[in-house]
Amino acid sequence: MPLTDSLRDDILASVPSLRAFAISLSGNGDRADDLVQETLLRALANIDSFQPGSNLPAWLFTILRNLFRSDYRKRRREVEDADGSYAKTLKTQPAQNAHLEFEEFRAALDKLPQDQREALILVGASGFSYEDAAAICGCAVGTIKSRVNRARSKLSALLYVEGAEDFGPDETVRAVIGGSGG
Amino acid sequence: MKLQGLNSRGSVEQVMKEVKSQAGKTAGPGKQGGLNAEIQSRIGHQLRAMYDDVVRQGVPERFAELIRKLDVPKPDPQVGNAGDPEDGRS
Repeated sequence: MPLTDSLRDDILASVPSLRAFAISLSGNGDRADDLVQETLLRALANIDSFQPGSNLPAWLFTILRNLFRSDYRKRRREVEDADGSYAKTLKTQPAQNAHLEFEEFRAALDKLPQDQREALILVGASGFSYEDAAAICGCAVGTIKSRVNRARSKLSALLYVEGAEDFGPDETVRAVIGGSGG
Repeated sequence: MKLQGLNSRGSVEQVMKEVKSQAGKTAGPGKQGGLNAEIQSRIGHQLRAMYDDVVRQGVPERFAELIRKLDVPKPDPQVGNAGDPEDGRS
């Protein structure tokens, strides 16, 4: 489809959520904006392959997600070369403009496996349906559902359960109560 | 959870003390399901707060300009006709 004025407006309207997605994925504002820029350039260059009437945000998110993935693999090698200095920027960057709870949440989100993190963001924050999220990630709907569930329980374990060991004695407790004939 | 009737034995008493403190911890926020639902709604809230914070920043000028610049008008079809290779062939 040619780049009409209305299509251009729609792309522009998607930019705020593309940025939010990029920042949520990467945890780094500068890198996120580079990703968004690259996404827009790709999208505009390939605009002919966009099907009129299909889901434009989902199409753009797919491009960004794929770019992030390939970029991520590349960066991981760079990080190894750079002696962990890149990882240091990642840690300090979000801390600058955020209060403690946000920092904790951000840190917990960063601990999730990438598959789970992107699924949770797409469904829980971007507001995509499971079906759209599955299309964006190129996997089955059931896979997205289970990733979202695993992401949620891992986050709750990281944020709200004071150490997994707290749940350890539970079995002992139950055994004692059960043994006492209660 | 009934714990009475076990105080007679010293060793059991000690165990029950521990049990009580553990039970207090888990029983506090209510049933497992209720606790979980509350945590999940908090996580959802935090996730959206983080995300919407960025969304509210709108479109940085950098991107607005990029999209404007790349909106190059499609080449006029007449240009193609004028350069039709068949014309120069005969």
